[in-house]
Amino acid sequence: MGRGARLGIASSLFATAVGLIVFVSMAFLRTNPPTLDFASGHTAGKPVDLTLQTVGAIGFGPHPDWVSYLTKSPEGQWVHTTLWDLPAGTRIDVTIDEYDSGSPLRNPEIGQIYGVSGNAALVNGKKVSLINATEGNGVAHTFSIPELGVNVPLYGVDSNAKNFCNSAPCSLSEAHNVIQFSFMTPKDTGQFPWQCFVPCGAGYFYGNGGPMQTTSYMDGFVKVVD
Amino acid sequence: MPDDAVAAPRERRDGLRLLITWFIATAVADPLYWFLAGPHMPPGDMTSSAQGAQLDINVLFLAAIPVVLGVWIYYGYAIIFWRASRGGTDLIGGPKARGNLKIQVGWIGTTTVVVLAAFVYGTVELIVPAGAGGGEGPQPIWTPHSKTILPIQVIAQQWKFTYRYPTYGGFETDQLMIPDHTTVAFHVTSLDVIHDFWAYQLGVKADANPDSDDVAFTTTQTMGLVTVRCDELCGIWHGAMYDYGHVVSKATFQKWATSTEVKLASATKLLPPFSWSYVPDANGADGGYYPDNVVPYSNEETYGATTVSTKTALSPTS
Repeated sequence: MGRGARLGIASSLFATAVGLIVFVSMAFLRTNPPTLDFASGHTAGKPVDLTLQTVGAIGFGPHPDWVSYLTKSPEGQWVHTTLWDLPAGTRIDVTIDEYDSGSPLRNPEIGQIYGVSGNAALVNGKKVSLINATEGNGVAHTFSIPELGVNVPLYGVDSNAKNFCNSAPCSLSEAHNVIQFSFMTPKDTGQFPWQCFVPCGAGYFYGNGGPMQTTSYMDGFVKVVD
Repeated sequence: MPDDAVAAPRERRDGLRLLITWFIATAVADPLYWFLAGPHMPPGDMTSSAQGAQLDINVLFLAAIPVVLGVWIYYGYAIIFWRASRGGTDLIGGPKARGNLKIQVGWIGTTTVVVLAAFVYGTVELIVPAGAGGGEGPQPIWTPHSKTILPIQVIAQQWKFTYRYPTYGGFETDQLMIPDHTTVAFHVTSLDVIHDFWAYQLGVKADANPDSDDVAFTTTQTMGLVTVRCDELCGIWHGAMYDYGHVVSKATFQKWATSTEVKLASATKLLPPFSWSYVPDANGADGGYYPDNVVPYSNEETYGATTVSTKTALSPTS
Protein backbone atom coordinates (compact mmCIF):
# COMPACT_ATOMS: atom_id res chain seq x y z
CA MET A 1 0.00 0.00 0.00
CA GLY A 2 1.37 3.33 -0.99
CA ARG A 3 2.00 6.26 1.30
CA GLY A 4 -0.91 8.19 -0.19
CA ALA A 5 -3.33 5.32 0.38
CA ARG A 6 -2.25 4.97 4.01
CA LEU A 7 -2.63 8.68 4.50
CA GLY A 8 -6.08 8.55 2.94
CA ILE A 9 -7.20 5.70 5.23
CA ALA A 10 -5.82 7.43 8.32
CA SER A 11 -7.54 10.67 7.34
CA SER A 12 -10.82 8.85 6.76
CA LEU A 13 -10.63 7.12 10.13
CA PHE A 14 -9.82 10.39 11.85
CA ALA A 15 -12.69 12.16 10.15
CA THR A 16 -15.05 9.31 11.09
CA ALA A 17 -13.96 9.47 14.73
CA VAL A 18 -14.42 13.25 14.85
CA GLY A 19 -17.82 12.89 13.21
CA LEU A 20 -18.91 10.27 15.72
CA ILE A 21 -17.80 12.42 18.65
CA VAL A 22 -19.66 15.43 17.25
CA PHE A 23 -22.75 13.33 16.54
CA VAL A 24 -22.84 11.79 20.03
CA SER A 25 -22.21 15.16 21.64
CA MET A 26 -24.99 16.82 19.69
CA ALA A 27 -27.32 13.90 20.35
CA PHE A 28 -26.59 14.23 24.07
CA LEU A 29 -27.17 17.96 24.02
CA ARG A 30 -30.39 17.60 22.04
CA THR A 31 -31.78 15.07 24.51
CA ASN A 32 -31.65 17.61 27.32
CA PRO A 33 -35.15 18.43 28.40
CA PRO A 34 -36.49 21.81 27.33
CA THR A 35 -36.84 24.69 29.75
CA LEU A 36 -40.35 26.06 30.02
CA ASP A 37 -40.47 29.82 30.24
CA PHE A 38 -43.07 31.14 32.69
CA ALA A 39 -41.31 34.47 33.09
CA SER A 40 -41.47 36.10 29.66
CA GLY A 41 -44.46 38.37 29.37
CA HIS A 42 -45.26 37.98 33.03
CA THR A 43 -47.03 40.95 34.58
CA ALA A 44 -45.33 42.08 37.76
CA GLY A 45 -47.38 41.39 40.87
CA LYS A 46 -49.50 38.69 39.30
CA PRO A 47 -49.03 35.07 40.36
CA VAL A 48 -47.81 32.40 37.97
CA ASP A 49 -49.72 29.16 37.53
CA LEU A 50 -47.54 26.05 37.45
CA THR A 51 -49.34 22.79 36.72
CA LEU A 52 -47.58 19.45 37.07
CA GLN A 53 -48.45 15.79 37.13
CA THR A 54 -46.65 12.83 38.64
CA VAL A 55 -46.95 9.42 37.04
CA GLY A 56 -45.85 5.93 38.00
CA ALA A 57 -44.41 5.30 34.54
CA ILE A 58 -43.62 7.83 31.87
CA GLY A 59 -44.52 5.31 29.17
CA PHE A 60 -42.23 6.59 26.43
CA GLY A 61 -38.63 7.58 25.76
CA PRO A 62 -35.51 5.69 26.81
CA HIS A 63 -36.92 4.74 30.22
CA PRO A 64 -40.65 4.12 29.80
CA ASP A 65 -40.98 2.43 33.21
CA TRP A 66 -39.47 5.29 35.21
CA VAL A 67 -41.58 7.44 37.49
CA SER A 68 -41.68 11.01 36.38
CA TYR A 69 -43.00 14.52 36.65
CA LEU A 70 -44.53 16.28 33.66
CA THR A 71 -45.14 20.00 33.29
CA LYS A 72 -47.97 21.78 31.53
CA SER A 73 -46.45 24.45 29.31
CA PRO A 74 -47.84 28.01 29.20
CA GLU A 75 -49.47 26.90 25.94
CA GLY A 76 -51.30 24.09 27.74
CA GLN A 77 -49.28 21.12 26.45
CA TRP A 78 -47.88 18.41 28.72
CA VAL A 79 -44.09 18.45 28.38
CA HIS A 80 -41.64 15.94 29.79
CA THR A 81 -39.42 18.42 31.60
CA THR A 82 -38.61 19.65 35.09
CA LEU A 83 -36.78 22.83 34.10
CA TRP A 84 -38.63 26.09 34.53
CA ASP A 85 -37.89 29.78 34.25
CA LEU A 86 -39.90 31.56 36.93
CA PRO A 87 -40.05 35.31 37.61
CA ALA A 88 -38.30 36.61 40.73
CA GLY A 89 -40.29 37.77 43.74
CA THR A 90 -43.47 36.20 42.46
CA ARG A 91 -46.10 33.95 43.96
CA ILE A 92 -46.20 30.61 42.20
CA ASP A 93 -49.55 28.83 42.40
CA VAL A 94 -48.80 25.15 41.97
CA THR A 95 -51.30 22.46 41.05
CA ILE A 96 -50.07 18.88 40.97
CA ASP A 97 -52.20 16.08 39.60
CA GLU A 98 -50.75 13.07 41.38
CA TYR A 99 -51.39 9.73 39.61
CA ASP A 100 -48.92 7.42 41.36
CA SER A 101 -49.44 5.04 44.28
CA GLY A 102 -47.84 5.81 47.62
CA SER A 103 -45.98 4.11 50.45
CA PRO A 104 -44.68 4.76 53.96
CA LEU A 105 -41.79 7.19 54.15
CA ARG A 106 -38.23 6.26 54.95
CA ASN A 107 -38.04 9.53 56.87
CA PRO A 108 -41.48 10.63 58.09
CA GLU A 109 -40.09 14.16 58.57
CA ILE A 110 -40.80 14.81 54.90
CA GLY A 111 -44.47 14.15 55.56
CA GLN A 112 -44.65 17.76 56.76
CA ILE A 113 -45.65 20.61 54.50
CA TYR A 114 -43.56 23.71 54.92
CA GLY A 115 -42.07 26.60 53.00
CA VAL A 116 -45.38 27.27 51.27
CA SER A 117 -48.18 29.70 52.02
CA GLY A 118 -49.66 28.87 55.39
CA ASN A 119 -47.38 25.84 55.64
CA ALA A 120 -50.30 23.88 54.23
CA ALA A 121 -51.59 22.51 50.96
CA LEU A 122 -55.01 21.61 49.65
CA VAL A 123 -55.31 17.88 49.03
CA ASN A 124 -58.45 17.32 47.00
CA GLY A 125 -59.75 20.54 48.52
CA LYS A 126 -58.90 19.65 52.11
CA LYS A 127 -56.31 21.73 53.98
CA VAL A 128 -53.44 19.56 55.11
CA SER A 129 -50.13 20.38 56.78
CA LEU A 130 -48.93 16.88 57.63
CA ILE A 131 -49.40 13.49 56.03
CA ASN A 132 -49.11 10.25 57.94
CA ALA A 133 -47.63 8.05 55.24
CA THR A 134 -48.29 4.84 57.14
CA GLU A 135 -52.00 5.25 56.61
CA GLY A 136 -54.25 5.26 53.60
CA ASN A 137 -52.40 5.33 50.31
CA GLY A 138 -49.19 6.73 51.77
CA VAL A 139 -47.02 9.31 50.08
CA ALA A 140 -46.11 8.87 46.43
CA HIS A 141 -43.61 11.68 45.93
CA THR A 142 -42.63 15.06 47.27
CA PHE A 143 -42.17 18.43 45.66
CA SER A 144 -39.19 19.90 47.47
CA ILE A 145 -36.90 22.85 46.84
CA PRO A 146 -34.42 22.54 49.73
CA GLU A 147 -32.73 25.90 49.19
CA LEU A 148 -36.08 27.69 49.38
CA GLY A 149 -37.24 25.55 52.31
CA VAL A 150 -40.16 24.17 50.30
CA ASN A 151 -41.45 20.66 51.01
CA VAL A 152 -44.80 19.24 49.97
CA PRO A 153 -45.51 15.49 50.21
CA LEU A 154 -47.91 14.20 47.59
CA TYR A 155 -50.58 11.85 48.84
CA GLY A 156 -50.69 8.63 46.79
CA VAL A 157 -53.60 7.10 44.94
CA ASP A 158 -54.96 3.61 45.46
CA SER A 159 -52.84 1.26 43.37
CA ASN A 160 -55.89 -1.01 43.01
CA ALA A 161 -58.07 1.69 41.58
CA LYS A 162 -59.87 0.48 38.44
CA ASN A 163 -58.91 3.60 36.52
CA PHE A 164 -55.29 3.70 37.72
CA CYS A 165 -53.11 5.46 35.17
CA ASN A 166 -50.35 3.17 33.99
CA SER A 167 -48.42 5.56 31.79
CA ALA A 168 -48.23 9.24 31.00
CA PRO A 169 -49.69 11.56 30.13
CA CYS A 170 -52.57 10.75 32.44
CA SER A 171 -55.96 12.38 32.14
CA LEU A 172 -58.25 13.78 34.78
CA SER A 173 -60.66 10.88 34.20
CA GLU A 174 -58.10 8.54 35.78
CA ALA A 175 -57.51 8.07 39.51
CA HIS A 176 -55.58 11.00 40.91
CA ASN A 177 -55.23 13.45 43.75
CA VAL A 178 -55.07 17.19 43.25
CA ILE A 179 -52.55 18.98 45.45
CA GLN A 180 -52.49 22.77 45.44
CA PHE A 181 -50.17 25.18 47.20
CA SER A 182 -48.30 28.44 46.67
CA PHE A 183 -44.76 29.55 47.29
CA MET A 184 -42.78 32.70 46.66
CA THR A 185 -39.74 32.84 44.44
CA PRO A 186 -36.84 34.81 45.92
CA LYS A 187 -36.27 38.41 44.87
CA ASP A 188 -32.77 37.58 43.72
CA THR A 189 -32.20 35.53 40.61
CA GLY A 190 -30.55 32.14 40.74
CA GLN A 191 -30.86 28.45 40.03
CA PHE A 192 -32.42 26.22 42.65
CA PRO A 193 -32.44 22.44 42.31
CA TRP A 194 -35.65 20.74 43.29
CA GLN A 195 -36.35 17.07 43.78
CA CYS A 196 -38.60 14.33 45.08
CA PHE A 197 -37.46 13.02 48.46
CA VAL A 198 -39.31 9.71 48.27
CA PRO A 199 -36.78 7.10 47.11
CA CYS A 200 -38.93 6.09 44.17
CA GLY A 201 -36.23 4.89 41.80
CA ALA A 202 -37.43 1.33 41.47
CA GLY A 203 -34.60 -1.15 41.07
CA TYR A 204 -31.87 1.23 42.15
CA PHE A 205 -29.80 1.19 45.31
CA TYR A 206 -31.85 2.59 48.18
CA GLY A 207 -34.33 3.71 45.54
CA ASN A 208 -32.33 6.85 44.85
CA GLY A 209 -30.87 6.10 41.42
CA GLY A 210 -32.33 6.24 37.92
CA PRO A 211 -35.22 8.69 37.79
CA MET A 212 -34.19 10.16 41.14
CA GLN A 213 -30.92 11.34 39.63
CA THR A 214 -32.10 12.36 36.17
CA THR A 215 -33.50 15.77 35.35
CA SER A 216 -36.90 15.71 33.67
CA TYR A 217 -37.94 12.75 35.83
CA MET A 218 -37.93 13.29 39.61
CA ASP A 219 -35.73 16.36 39.90
CA GLY A 220 -34.97 19.54 38.05
CA PHE A 221 -34.10 23.19 38.31
CA VAL A 222 -36.09 26.25 39.19
CA LYS A 223 -34.38 29.10 37.42
CA VAL A 224 -35.47 32.39 38.95
CA VAL A 225 -35.03 35.22 36.42
CA ASP A 226 -35.77 38.94 36.29
CA MET B 1 56.47 43.00 45.98
CA PRO B 2 56.95 39.28 45.67
CA ASP B 3 53.93 37.24 44.66
CA ASP B 4 53.86 35.25 47.86
CA ALA B 5 53.47 38.49 49.82
CA VAL B 6 50.01 39.07 48.36
CA ALA B 7 47.36 38.28 50.97
CA ALA B 8 45.21 35.36 50.03
CA PRO B 9 41.58 36.39 49.41
CA ARG B 10 39.48 35.86 52.47
CA GLU B 11 37.44 32.70 52.07
CA ARG B 12 33.73 33.42 51.88
CA ARG B 13 31.89 31.60 54.62
CA ASP B 14 28.79 30.67 52.63
CA GLY B 15 27.36 28.35 55.23
CA LEU B 16 27.46 30.95 57.99
CA ARG B 17 26.00 33.64 55.74
CA LEU B 18 23.18 31.32 54.71
CA LEU B 19 22.49 30.38 58.32
CA ILE B 20 22.40 33.98 59.54
CA THR B 21 20.18 35.08 56.64
CA TRP B 22 17.81 32.18 57.23
CA PHE B 23 17.68 32.82 60.98
CA ILE B 24 16.86 36.51 60.58
CA ALA B 25 14.22 35.79 57.92
CA THR B 26 12.60 33.16 60.13
CA ALA B 27 12.70 35.40 63.19
CA VAL B 28 10.82 38.03 61.21
CA ALA B 29 8.42 35.82 59.22
CA ASP B 30 7.16 33.51 61.96
CA PRO B 31 5.98 36.26 64.36
CA LEU B 32 4.52 38.17 61.42
CA TYR B 33 2.51 35.11 60.45
CA TRP B 34 1.46 34.32 64.02
CA PHE B 35 0.18 37.78 64.85
CA LEU B 36 -1.12 38.96 61.47
CA ALA B 37 -2.38 35.88 59.63
CA GLY B 38 -2.83 33.34 62.42
CA PRO B 39 -6.02 34.75 63.96
CA HIS B 40 -7.69 34.77 60.55
CA MET B 41 -6.86 31.24 59.50
CA PRO B 42 -9.76 28.84 58.89
CA PRO B 43 -11.98 27.58 60.35
CA GLY B 44 -11.95 30.46 62.86
CA ASP B 45 -12.67 30.24 66.56
CA MET B 46 -16.42 29.84 66.81
CA THR B 47 -16.00 26.61 68.76
CA SER B 48 -13.35 24.79 70.74
CA SER B 49 -12.76 22.34 67.91
CA ALA B 50 -12.54 25.13 65.33
CA GLN B 51 -10.03 26.89 67.54
CA GLY B 52 -8.12 23.63 67.91
CA ALA B 53 -8.02 23.17 64.15
CA GLN B 54 -6.90 26.75 63.71
CA LEU B 55 -4.11 26.24 66.25
CA ASP B 56 -2.94 23.11 64.45
CA ILE B 57 -2.88 24.92 61.12
CA ASN B 58 -0.92 27.80 62.65
CA VAL B 59 1.59 25.48 64.33
CA LEU B 60 2.16 23.65 61.06
CA PHE B 61 2.64 26.96 59.29
CA LEU B 62 5.17 28.06 61.92
CA ALA B 63 7.09 24.86 61.28
CA ALA B 64 6.78 25.08 57.50
CA ILE B 65 7.82 28.72 57.11
CA PRO B 66 11.49 28.10 58.18
CA VAL B 67 11.69 25.14 55.81
CA VAL B 68 10.33 27.14 52.89
CA LEU B 69 12.57 30.10 53.71
CA GLY B 70 15.58 27.80 53.95
CA VAL B 71 14.96 26.43 50.47
CA TRP B 72 14.21 29.80 48.91
CA ILE B 73 17.21 31.51 50.52
CA TYR B 74 19.50 28.70 49.42
CA TYR B 75 18.21 29.00 45.85
CA GLY B 76 18.58 32.76 45.87
CA TYR B 77 22.05 32.62 47.34
CA ALA B 78 23.15 30.03 44.78
CA ILE B 79 21.79 32.07 41.89
CA ILE B 80 23.48 35.26 43.10
CA PHE B 81 26.83 34.08 44.40
CA TRP B 82 27.54 30.76 42.76
CA ARG B 83 26.72 31.45 39.14
CA ALA B 84 29.53 31.05 36.61
CA SER B 85 29.71 34.75 35.70
CA ARG B 86 30.68 35.52 39.30
CA GLY B 87 33.39 32.91 39.42
CA GLY B 88 31.28 30.05 40.52
CA THR B 89 32.94 26.76 41.04
CA ASP B 90 33.51 24.35 38.20
CA LEU B 91 31.51 21.23 37.87
CA ILE B 92 32.70 18.71 40.38
CA GLY B 93 33.39 15.14 39.44
CA GLY B 94 35.07 12.12 40.92
CA PRO B 95 35.56 11.68 44.67
CA LYS B 96 34.52 15.27 45.39
CA ALA B 97 31.07 14.54 44.07
CA ARG B 98 30.38 11.88 46.63
CA GLY B 99 28.85 14.31 49.01
CA ASN B 100 29.49 16.11 52.19
CA LEU B 101 29.00 14.04 55.30
CA LYS B 102 28.14 17.03 57.48
CA ILE B 103 25.52 18.26 55.05
CA GLN B 104 24.04 14.79 54.63
CA VAL B 105 23.80 14.18 58.36
CA GLY B 106 22.46 17.67 58.92
CA TRP B 107 19.81 17.29 56.19
CA ILE B 108 18.67 13.84 57.29
CA GLY B 109 18.73 14.81 60.96
CA THR B 110 16.78 18.05 60.43
CA THR B 111 14.11 16.53 58.23
CA THR B 112 13.74 13.58 60.63
CA VAL B 113 13.24 15.92 63.57
CA VAL B 114 10.70 18.00 61.64
CA VAL B 115 8.69 14.99 60.50
CA LEU B 116 8.76 13.26 63.89
CA ALA B 117 7.77 16.49 65.62
CA ALA B 118 4.80 16.84 63.28
CA PHE B 119 3.89 13.20 63.92
CA VAL B 120 4.06 13.57 67.70
CA TYR B 121 2.20 16.89 67.69
CA GLY B 122 -0.53 15.50 65.43
CA THR B 123 -0.95 12.38 67.53
CA VAL B 124 -1.16 14.33 70.77
CA GLU B 125 -3.68 16.70 69.26
CA LEU B 126 -5.85 13.75 68.25
CA ILE B 127 -5.76 12.23 71.71
CA VAL B 128 -6.12 15.19 74.04
CA PRO B 129 -9.61 16.53 74.78
CA ALA B 130 -10.80 19.14 72.28
CA GLY B 131 -8.17 18.07 69.83
CA ALA B 132 -9.12 18.44 66.20
CA GLY B 133 -10.79 15.28 65.04
CA GLY B 134 -10.16 13.11 68.10
CA GLY B 135 -13.75 13.13 69.25
CA GLU B 136 -15.20 11.67 66.10
CA GLY B 137 -16.29 8.18 65.25
CA PRO B 138 -18.54 5.51 66.73
CA GLN B 139 -16.16 5.18 69.70
CA PRO B 140 -14.65 8.61 70.39
CA ILE B 141 -11.20 8.44 71.95
CA TRP B 142 -12.07 11.25 74.33
CA THR B 143 -15.24 12.70 75.75
CA PRO B 144 -15.81 16.22 77.03
CA HIS B 145 -15.56 17.01 80.73
CA SER B 146 -18.81 18.95 80.65
CA LYS B 147 -21.68 17.35 82.55
CA THR B 148 -24.31 19.09 80.45
CA ILE B 149 -23.90 18.02 76.88
CA LEU B 150 -26.56 18.85 74.31
CA PRO B 151 -27.03 15.92 71.91
CA ILE B 152 -28.04 16.80 68.36
CA GLN B 153 -28.62 14.00 65.92
CA VAL B 154 -27.65 14.75 62.33
CA ILE B 155 -29.59 12.62 59.86
CA ALA B 156 -28.30 12.66 56.31
CA GLN B 157 -30.25 11.44 53.33
CA GLN B 158 -30.05 12.01 49.60
CA TRP B 159 -29.90 15.01 49.51
CA LYS B 160 -30.41 17.01 52.67
CA PHE B 161 -29.64 17.06 56.37
CA THR B 162 -32.23 17.04 59.10
CA TYR B 163 -31.60 17.46 62.81
CA ARG B 164 -33.21 15.65 65.69
CA TYR B 165 -33.15 16.96 69.27
CA PRO B 166 -33.64 13.98 71.62
CA THR B 167 -33.71 16.09 74.77
CA TYR B 168 -36.63 18.10 73.42
CA GLY B 169 -39.04 15.30 72.69
CA GLY B 170 -37.08 14.01 69.72
CA PHE B 171 -38.48 16.44 67.18
CA GLU B 172 -36.84 16.48 63.76
CA THR B 173 -36.35 19.63 61.71
CA ASP B 174 -34.32 20.93 58.81
CA GLN B 175 -33.09 23.83 60.95
CA LEU B 176 -29.81 23.58 62.84
CA MET B 177 -29.89 25.75 65.95
CA ILE B 178 -27.15 25.56 68.59
CA PRO B 179 -26.83 27.44 71.89
CA ASP B 180 -23.75 29.52 72.62
CA HIS B 181 -21.22 28.46 75.28
CA THR B 182 -22.53 24.92 75.30
CA THR B 183 -20.89 21.56 74.74
CA VAL B 184 -22.64 19.78 71.89
CA ALA B 185 -22.43 16.13 70.86
CA PHE B 186 -23.29 15.69 67.19
CA HIS B 187 -24.50 12.15 66.52
CA VAL B 188 -24.17 11.76 62.78
CA THR B 189 -25.92 9.01 60.84
CA SER B 190 -27.43 8.37 57.42
CA LEU B 191 -30.62 6.90 56.01
CA ASP B 192 -29.08 5.74 52.75
CA VAL B 193 -25.59 6.12 51.30
CA ILE B 194 -22.47 7.57 52.92
CA HIS B 195 -22.60 11.31 53.43
CA ASP B 196 -20.40 13.62 55.47
CA PHE B 197 -21.54 16.31 57.88
CA TRP B 198 -19.14 19.24 57.58
CA ALA B 199 -20.08 22.23 59.71
CA TYR B 200 -17.27 24.48 58.58
CA GLN B 201 -17.27 27.25 61.16
CA LEU B 202 -17.82 24.74 63.98
CA GLY B 203 -14.69 22.82 63.02
CA VAL B 204 -16.82 19.68 62.99
CA LYS B 205 -16.63 17.10 60.24
CA ALA B 206 -17.96 13.56 60.61
CA ASP B 207 -18.95 10.85 58.17
CA ALA B 208 -22.62 9.95 58.03
CA ASN B 209 -22.93 6.19 57.58
CA PRO B 210 -26.15 4.17 57.62
CA ASP B 211 -26.56 2.08 60.77
CA SER B 212 -23.71 3.95 62.45
CA ASP B 213 -23.51 6.69 65.07
CA ASP B 214 -20.48 8.88 64.47
CA VAL B 215 -19.98 11.24 67.37
CA ALA B 216 -18.30 14.63 67.20
CA PHE B 217 -18.01 16.94 70.18
CA THR B 218 -17.52 20.66 70.25
CA THR B 219 -18.10 23.59 72.58
CA THR B 220 -19.49 26.79 71.11
CA GLN B 221 -17.66 30.01 71.96
CA THR B 222 -19.25 32.71 69.82
CA MET B 223 -22.56 33.22 68.05
CA GLY B 224 -22.88 33.32 64.29
CA LEU B 225 -23.81 31.65 61.04
CA VAL B 226 -22.70 28.10 60.32
CA THR B 227 -22.37 26.63 56.84
CA VAL B 228 -23.17 22.92 56.63
CA ARG B 229 -22.09 20.95 53.59
CA CYS B 230 -22.01 17.31 52.61
CA ASP B 231 -18.38 16.42 52.02
CA GLU B 232 -18.80 12.96 50.55
CA LEU B 233 -19.80 12.59 46.90
CA CYS B 234 -23.28 11.13 47.28
CA GLY B 235 -25.13 11.51 44.01
CA ILE B 236 -26.40 14.07 41.55
CA TRP B 237 -27.47 16.67 44.10
CA HIS B 238 -24.42 16.30 46.32
CA GLY B 239 -23.41 19.83 45.35
CA ALA B 240 -26.77 21.15 46.52
CA MET B 241 -26.69 19.28 49.82
CA TYR B 242 -25.96 22.18 52.11
CA ASP B 243 -27.77 24.37 54.57
CA TYR B 244 -27.08 26.96 57.21
CA GLY B 245 -27.20 26.70 60.96
CA HIS B 246 -27.06 29.31 63.69
CA VAL B 247 -25.24 29.54 67.00
CA VAL B 248 -27.54 31.67 69.14
CA SER B 249 -27.75 32.72 72.76
CA LYS B 250 -28.88 30.13 75.27
CA ALA B 251 -32.12 31.99 75.87
CA THR B 252 -32.90 32.21 72.17
CA PHE B 253 -32.15 28.55 71.70
CA GLN B 254 -34.32 27.54 74.64
CA LYS B 255 -37.21 29.57 73.28
CA TRP B 256 -36.79 28.11 69.80
CA ALA B 257 -36.42 24.53 71.02
CA THR B 258 -39.44 24.56 73.30
CA SER B 259 -41.65 26.29 70.75
CA THR B 260 -40.51 23.97 67.96
CA GLU B 261 -41.15 20.95 70.15
CA VAL B 262 -44.74 22.09 70.56
CA LYS B 263 -45.14 23.15 66.95
CA LEU B 264 -43.88 19.82 65.59
CA ALA B 265 -45.58 17.61 68.16
CA SER B 266 -47.91 16.07 65.59
CA ALA B 267 -45.06 15.37 63.20
CA THR B 268 -42.89 13.97 65.98
CA LYS B 269 -45.55 11.39 66.76
CA LEU B 270 -45.06 9.99 63.26
CA LEU B 271 -41.31 9.61 63.67
CA PRO B 272 -39.87 6.26 64.72
CA PRO B 273 -38.70 5.99 68.33
CA PHE B 274 -35.46 7.85 68.82
CA SER B 275 -32.41 5.74 68.10
CA TRP B 276 -28.74 6.66 67.80
CA SER B 277 -28.71 5.07 64.35
CA TYR B 278 -31.20 3.63 61.91
CA VAL B 279 -31.14 0.67 59.57
CA PRO B 280 -32.41 2.11 56.34
CA ASP B 281 -34.80 0.08 54.32
CA ALA B 282 -32.95 -0.62 51.10
CA ASN B 283 -36.27 -1.22 49.40
CA GLY B 284 -36.45 2.34 48.25
CA ALA B 285 -40.01 3.55 48.53
CA ASP B 286 -40.97 0.32 50.28
CA GLY B 287 -41.99 -1.24 47.03
CA GLY B 288 -40.02 -4.47 47.39
CA TYR B 289 -37.41 -3.55 44.81
CA TYR B 290 -34.66 -5.40 46.66
CA PRO B 291 -34.59 -8.88 48.15
CA ASP B 292 -35.26 -8.80 51.84
CA ASN B 293 -33.40 -11.01 54.26
CA VAL B 294 -30.29 -10.74 52.16
CA VAL B 295 -27.29 -8.97 53.58
CA PRO B 296 -26.86 -6.01 53.45
CA TYR B 297 -30.55 -5.52 52.84
CA SER B 298 -32.84 -5.56 55.79
CA ASN B 299 -36.43 -6.55 56.18
CA GLU B 300 -36.64 -4.34 59.21
CA GLU B 301 -38.38 -1.04 58.62
CA THR B 302 -36.63 0.77 61.43
CA TYR B 303 -37.04 4.19 59.94
CA GLY B 304 -40.33 3.54 58.24
CA ALA B 305 -42.50 4.22 61.28
CA THR B 306 -44.58 1.06 61.29
CA THR B 307 -45.59 1.42 64.91
CA VAL B 308 -47.12 4.87 64.98
CA SER B 309 -50.68 5.72 65.77
CA THR B 310 -53.17 5.39 62.96
CA LYS B 311 -55.37 8.27 64.01
CA THR B 312 -53.96 11.24 62.21
CA ALA B 313 -53.84 10.49 58.51
CA LEU B 314 -54.23 13.67 56.53
CA SER B 315 -55.48 15.47 59.59
CA PRO B 316 -54.88 19.19 59.54
CA THR B 317 -52.37 20.23 62.16
CA SER B 318 -51.17 23.49 63.54
